[in-house]
Amino acid sequence: MVNYIWLFFIAVSFIAAIINGRMEALTEAAFEGAKSGVTVSFGLISVMVFWLGLMRIGEDAGLLRKIAVLLQPVVRFLFPDVPKGHPALGYIMSNMSANILGLGNAATPMGIKAMQELQKLNPEKETASAAMCTLLALNTSSITLVPTTLIAIRMTYSSAHPAEIVGTTLAATLIATAAAITADRWYRNRYKNKPPKWKDRDSIDTGTGSDNGTSAKSRSSGDSLTLDGQGKGEAVV
Amino acid sequence: MIVFIPLYAAYKKVPVYETFIEGAKDGFGTAINIIPHLVGMMVAISMFRASGAMDMMASLIRPLFDGLGIPSEVLPLGLLRPLTGAGSLAFTTELIKTYGPDSMIGRIASTIQGSTDTTLYVLTVYFGAVGIRRSKYALKVGLFSDFVGFFAAIIICLLVFGT
Repeated sequence: MVNYIWLFFIAVSFIAAIINGRMEALTEAAFEGAKSGVTVSFGLISVMVFWLGLMRIGEDAGLLRKIAVLLQPVVRFLFPDVPKGHPALGYIMSNMSANILGLGNAATPMGIKAMQELQKLNPEKETASAAMCTLLALNTSSITLVPTTLIAIRMTYSSAHPAEIVGTTLAATLIATAAAITADRWYRNRYKNKPPKWKDRDSIDTGTGSDNGTSAKSRSSGDSLTLDGQGKGEAVV
Repeated sequence: MIVFIPLYAAYKKVPVYETFIEGAKDGFGTAINIIPHLVGMMVAISMFRASGAMDMMASLIRPLFDGLGIPSEVLPLGLLRPLTGAGSLAFTTELIKTYGPDSMIGRIASTIQGSTDTTLYVLTVYFGAVGIRRSKYALKVGLFSDFVGFFAAIIICLLVFGT
């Protein structure tokens, strides 16, 4: 897909250059683009090096763990079919914390660890379990407090307020995450083999949880609850 | 922040300088790794603009989105974002460079880039790591949230920074 898009850009540019008689400008633009690609990367290096160094100190000082504790109720709600105290939950919390702080590199290994733990609970080893889909939904729309790279680029181009997009980014990620969780819940219920009668809701995909009616109720009002949980997290931060 | 974190870490008995260097190496690696992606994408986009193709395409799409007040320049970003992290970052950078970081387009592009993730990459890495072959509805959910995030980013920016 990326291949096609890239090829589309170049092929269409070529045709347009012929139509508009800009062949010389086209060649020049190609080299100009390569040059600015490298220039931008070098501009990024200073900020990335500094910021990730600082964040690593925070990580080792246990700031991630502090955020993870705050996330506990949210995670319990999102993953009802993972047994309490299972190592997967710890990794999920670390993964979310790293995402929130904009530590993409720390988030990925944690996410993979969480997936491996969830795989142990998964009866069908080649098909994603409901919990795995939820974790993926959280990561594709991850809530971001500090969009590190973006701030770096804005600084490179001497923005008057490089961090002014933090608020808008946070708001947009909250909406995207709420959408992801809602969609995930909706599909999760649709994918159950049984018709969604309340009485039948006590069996869970992974067959590990011992759920009862109350959690089924909380599931039906999922969206508002989720937003509550996120609102709390936001307020604390 | 810059002062608080090292102080707090020192209080927690963390070797601050060594730790900083460790993390900084990571940052350097990340920045170096995206150079080829940035070059590849910026070459394509730069050609697209210089050849006049960008203007031709924009004039085609513009009537559709002008009514809504959405700058059509950010639309390709919505397509690229779920597919390639570095590619969409390059596109965002190009927009910021061309229109300025404090322009509406620059702000919207920044917000879009920061508020969604590379769904296909995340799915491949996470499910690939544990050998999941059938991803059920995960891709649909991911793309749906990208779609929502994209328009949320535009609308929020227009509301917050709009004149």
